Amino acid sequence: MDEFEPKIVAFLCNWCAYAGADLAGVSRMQYPANVRSVRVMCSGRVDPAFIVQAFRDGVDGALVAG
Amino acid sequence: MLTGTELEALEGDPGNFSARVRTQPRFVDLDKCTSCGECEKVCPVVLPDEFDEGLGTRKAAYKKYAQAIPGVFAIQKTDRAPCRLSCPAGLNVQGYVQMVKEGKYERALEIIMDDLPLPGVLGRICPHECEDACRRCDVDEPVSICRLKRLAADQFDPRQVKIDCMEERPEKVAIVGSGPAGLSAAYHLARQGIKSTIYEALPKAGGMLRVGIPNHRLPEAILDQEIEVITNLGVEIKTSTPLGPDLTVDDLLKDYKAVYLAVGAHKGYDLAVEGDDADGVRQGVDFLREVNLTGKTQVGKKVLIIGGGNVAIDVSRAAVRLGAQSVQIVYRRTRTEMPAWEEEIEAAEAEDVQIEYLAAPQEILVEGGKVKGMRCIRMELGEPDSSGRRRPVPVPGSEFDLEADQVVAAIGQQPDFSAFEGDKEVEYTRRGTLEADGVTYATPREGVFAGGDAHTGPWNAIGAVAAGREAAVSISRFIDGKDMADGRVPITKDDPIYRPVPTDMPKAARASMPELEPASRRATFDEVELGFEPEAGQAEADRCLNCSYCSDCMECVTVCAPGAIDHSMVEVEREIRVGAVVLSAGIEPFDPSGMEDTYHHRSNPNVMTSLEFERILSASGPTEGHLSRPSDHQVPKKIAWLQCVGSRDTNRCGNGYCSSVCCMYAVKDAMMAKEHADGELDCAIFNMDMRTFGKEYEKYLTRGEDQSGVRFVKARVHTIDEVRDTGDLRLRYFTEDGKVVDEQFDMVVLSVGLRVSDEAVALAERLGVELNENRFVKHDSLTPLSTSRPGVFACGAFNGPKDIPDSVAESSAAACIAGAGLAPARSTLTRTLELPAEIDVADDEPRVGVFVCNCGLNIGGIADVPAIVDYAKELDGVVYAEENMFSCSQDTQEKITQTIKEQKLNRVVVAACTPRTHEPLFQFTLQNAGLNPHLFEMANIRNQCTWVHSENKDLATSKSKDLVRMGVARARELESIQPISVNVDKAALVIGGGVAGMFAALGLADQGFPTTLVEKSSQLGGRALDVKRTHDGRDVQSFLTSLIERVGGHKNLTVMTDAEVLGASGYVGNFETEVKNGKGPQTISHGAVVVATGGAPTDTEEYLYGQHPAVTRWHDLEQDPQKLAKADTVTFIQCVGSRNDPRPYCSRICCSTTVAMAIDIKQNKPDTNVFVLYRDIRTFGEREALYKQARELGVIFIRYALDRKPEVVAAGDGLIVKVFDPILGAPVEIETDLLNLATAIEPNRAEDIASFYKLPLTEDRFFMEAHAKLRPVDFASDGLFMAGLAHYPKAMDESIAQAMAAASRAVTVLSKDQIQISPYVSEVDPDKCIGCGLCEEVCAFGAIHLEEVDGIKRAKNIQASCKGCGLCAASCPQEAIDMLHFRFHQIEAAVRAVV
Repeated sequence: MDEFEPKIVAFLCNWCAYAGADLAGVSRMQYPANVRSVRVMCSGRVDPAFIVQAFRDGVDGALVAG
Repeated sequence: MLTGTELEALEGDPGNFSARVRTQPRFVDLDKCTSCGECEKVCPVVLPDEFDEGLGTRKAAYKKYAQAIPGVFAIQKTDRAPCRLSCPAGLNVQGYVQMVKEGKYERALEIIMDDLPLPGVLGRICPHECEDACRRCDVDEPVSICRLKRLAADQFDPRQVKIDCMEERPEKVAIVGSGPAGLSAAYHLARQGIKSTIYEALPKAGGMLRVGIPNHRLPEAILDQEIEVITNLGVEIKTSTPLGPDLTVDDLLKDYKAVYLAVGAHKGYDLAVEGDDADGVRQGVDFLREVNLTGKTQVGKKVLIIGGGNVAIDVSRAAVRLGAQSVQIVYRRTRTEMPAWEEEIEAAEAEDVQIEYLAAPQEILVEGGKVKGMRCIRMELGEPDSSGRRRPVPVPGSEFDLEADQVVAAIGQQPDFSAFEGDKEVEYTRRGTLEADGVTYATPREGVFAGGDAHTGPWNAIGAVAAGREAAVSISRFIDGKDMADGRVPITKDDPIYRPVPTDMPKAARASMPELEPASRRATFDEVELGFEPEAGQAEADRCLNCSYCSDCMECVTVCAPGAIDHSMVEVEREIRVGAVVLSAGIEPFDPSGMEDTYHHRSNPNVMTSLEFERILSASGPTEGHLSRPSDHQVPKKIAWLQCVGSRDTNRCGNGYCSSVCCMYAVKDAMMAKEHADGELDCAIFNMDMRTFGKEYEKYLTRGEDQSGVRFVKARVHTIDEVRDTGDLRLRYFTEDGKVVDEQFDMVVLSVGLRVSDEAVALAERLGVELNENRFVKHDSLTPLSTSRPGVFACGAFNGPKDIPDSVAESSAAACIAGAGLAPARSTLTRTLELPAEIDVADDEPRVGVFVCNCGLNIGGIADVPAIVDYAKELDGVVYAEENMFSCSQDTQEKITQTIKEQKLNRVVVAACTPRTHEPLFQFTLQNAGLNPHLFEMANIRNQCTWVHSENKDLATSKSKDLVRMGVARARELESIQPISVNVDKAALVIGGGVAGMFAALGLADQGFPTTLVEKSSQLGGRALDVKRTHDGRDVQSFLTSLIERVGGHKNLTVMTDAEVLGASGYVGNFETEVKNGKGPQTISHGAVVVATGGAPTDTEEYLYGQHPAVTRWHDLEQDPQKLAKADTVTFIQCVGSRNDPRPYCSRICCSTTVAMAIDIKQNKPDTNVFVLYRDIRTFGEREALYKQARELGVIFIRYALDRKPEVVAAGDGLIVKVFDPILGAPVEIETDLLNLATAIEPNRAEDIASFYKLPLTEDRFFMEAHAKLRPVDFASDGLFMAGLAHYPKAMDESIAQAMAAASRAVTVLSKDQIQISPYVSEVDPDKCIGCGLCEEVCAFGAIHLEEVDGIKRAKNIQASCKGCGLCAASCPQEAIDMLHFRFHQIEAAVRAVV
């Protein structure tokens, strides 16, 4: 069996964390390809229901950054 | 925005200036560059990265830093490198050296062969003047340029290099002579499409290259190969075909369009001494010709060679190889003057050739018609001759004889024109060379050109190559009937600009050439120099200093897919008509290298400036934020910060001022260093005073000390010693009580101060703007932004040292004062955009179009874009998908617009870079196609995918597919959103009638906006009414009088005194405020508010204040001048109620105020004893001069500690102040007549104002700005601004600047008729709302509140105030609130598509 590769949903604030993720790209920093980002206008927009839904659908982790 | 641009001159008057600006070429088209960075990857030129303070490297093609604006690349290039300029053929030396460095030999040859078809030949025999010009000589020895050229030709066969030729033309050219000039002319003509035939008199082609240079220097095979380069282009060489009576120039002109004469200089000069016709005397050139054509010649046993040039050396070395027993060169000057190359002379010596210096032949000794020797005379050097070399003068009576059976003359050559004897029209110069123009090489006879040694006299091969190339240009133009001379005079620059030779460039030995052992050289003409090994050659090439920065290698042009690079860009000068100028030239960090003996900054890598240390701490810095010291990359255990390096120091650096920012950044860096350290880290900040006088700064200092454990040591370190070779540093300092302490640290950080750059000084000079003694812009505290030149304003640190918030506030203030003069011109140059009508798609099924961008190689080079496109086509709702090379390019935009229309798309997904930079562009594309811009979604497959997963192409592709799937899922749910705009009531309200309020009101009124100024007391003026003079001595009261008059008389201003704000409602652009004054309540409508409610000194219960008549506070001391005049002793106590509970902040201005008052007292009555009891003296910026002056006047400053506060007891009319003096190490008692207290400044109570407009307050009850650094006068909610003491204690100049800043910021609202608001706002479903009010509680912007309708409370949003954060939506227990464009179902769709 292949090594476990988690799929992580990341809710990123447009103004800071999403910009930071963009900047990591500009700086060509390399990191594991497990994260799928969802852009929101503020981490405050992240309704706990989104996280619950993500887990129900089978993601392995959730990150809220803002 | 004009970057790389200098303001050169400013003419005219305020309101009507003409500014001449000069823009340096960027060599990158701003509109085309996609910032992909491919140019940087291939650029061979590695330079220190200034942004990383030289700790890292960058390329000549570079972006200054990741977030740089504009976010595109630039190429740094100065004047052409000296190697290139000194090359007679102008070869791009730096370019090919860089390519050799990279091991790109083919590319190196391409660069060389753009000018020179014979790289391997010249790589052996070129006299390499470039190496004499090489600036590496300033470090050690020149780069071995010539031999690197050979290395390229050794590593790649020049015959395989692709030579671009134009289409062949019918015209043909005849070339006479196949030497370097003739070959070069033929080559360059062939590239122009013009075929030529070369007529060569000798049996082999190559001219002097063939017959003048022996094989041990230039193997025949190499020459043959490279002549093939030329003949491969279709050039025909007819050997053994001399001109003469049967083949004249006339004859050639019948068959050819033009003739090029390049017959060289093959005839040696005679010795012209007695006996020079004897058997055994011969010419060096003849000797070499015979050896080179036949491999042998007559050689004597004892050979004497006369001359000092390369021919003499070549003959000598050939003679050795042909079996001569002794070979001796006779030269009339010394070795220093010898024209032969040093390496050739050394090689000859290694082969046992003897050289007789300072000797000249007098007579060939002959016996039986044969040479038997030579009589010489000794020479000595006299005065320099026309060549600059010292003239040899015979020494009388010094004759001596040398034995020889062969004498070879090598004293120079001349052209031999016997072949042209029949041609009457060939003209000659007086020097016996062919007559031809120096630029075009055209001879007086039409169609005939000349060049090489036949034209110049004996010179060198590269000169002949250049001549041939230039002749080819002329011939081509001649054939086309164009002006041959046009634009060809070379532009020389007297004072070229180059990259400075780095002072710390380590020495690196020039690579030595592997050679054939001298013992193996006899009897063989095998090549002596064996050529560099590639590794050695690449290392040698790496010694190049890259004098021009960019090497013009053009590798960047090759890889730039959008074609953004243009090396032909030139400097542009233009005139701009402006009404005002704002100078914000900034400052640079102080350079401690001038104090090397003290700080060892250059010699010890573990001594860093604070900026260098910041780069070490930065995640994007050279160590990626990993704390390690440069010398051994170990994690430091102890770091010392030395404050005031380059500040508060008139003795050593001349900067007497305080730089204002260093204390704060040192505390920050020390705290960050502790966070970054793996283990324990001791941070010690050595300081005279800690000056954390800004808003919230004191708390930061306290946190650094109490929580992070940073040590603050009150001492100025006087010696730093390097501890042997450990890299550690020993600091010696005196403690306050005079003890000497030695302490060892792993690293030392120099907290360098701020200094106005020389460039900024030059700018001020050009504009006629006066600077003060510290090089800052001269201004006074009551007109803090004005310079000595009307219409020119200054802000930021150029205007005096200051931190970010003060600089930002000043910049807005400068915009205000500049704008006041320009208000009538507002909006006169704006244009309105026309867009097609919007299509209603609300009821249509989603038809999603997906456009996947390759972004050149940035995405396409990593992820499988066609596979992503195929995948997208299968997704639900997708009706169209395609890939684009660059989705953001103009042509692709038009194509997408077309596709949207053709495919009837109603949702668009672009999978490319980031919406943060490109969403607006694509939304505009949608609008152009008639779609609502919000029907658009981006999938970020570059910044957040291919760039960060470039090492795993499969994972990058699968993640890209996921992101596209999520984007499509969300896009299907998107809906049209109509823009929200609100009308703006173009009037302003200013609350508070102090200096700040009045300046804010005037700033608004001057720009044409009706403004109401509300003051609660009966009089305008605020706290300024208490103040006599500013810190720089300006009379405040007369200033205040005229200010109040201006306010009262302004046509746009309404002043309401004795007025109280009773309530307010509304939002940006549309406020209503209820104000009551003597006439009763009234409602004022306005679009913006400036809150300037002020502050005041507090009372205290300490130090007998209020209990003893000798105790006063602040300016009360100055109220009774007589009492003050009578006092023998006056004492001040600082920080009364500040920097302590319950007011933990610093009141900022008390130190300067106290010191200014102390100076006054001393100046009025010098024998008064003045004591200042303080904790840290915070006379920041240029106010430091006051502190210095006070000490010079004899004011005594005694530091007290918070746990040992002074005590005050009454003693009759006077007082006794007891304080512990840390310098004496003992308590002292001061009998004082007067005691003045610097009590804390508090904001005036403004909780009601705060609640009316929902304005946040800090813990200390000052108003809280939207961003401490970047938005210092804005409230988080739009349309609301602040100024003055209500924000924080500040001096009058600072209040004025901040007030104008607030006015300026308010104008950004009031100047619009309507404000466009982000439509991503909240939406309330009143049917679901239960009126719980949670949303109102969580909203930081006052954008949602409960409203009672028909007796029921329901949430109501205020779109204009909403920032779209969605906190209300996520908090609502009823799911009654949703966010436009980020609706629950829209986000959920994306989330559900993750898996």
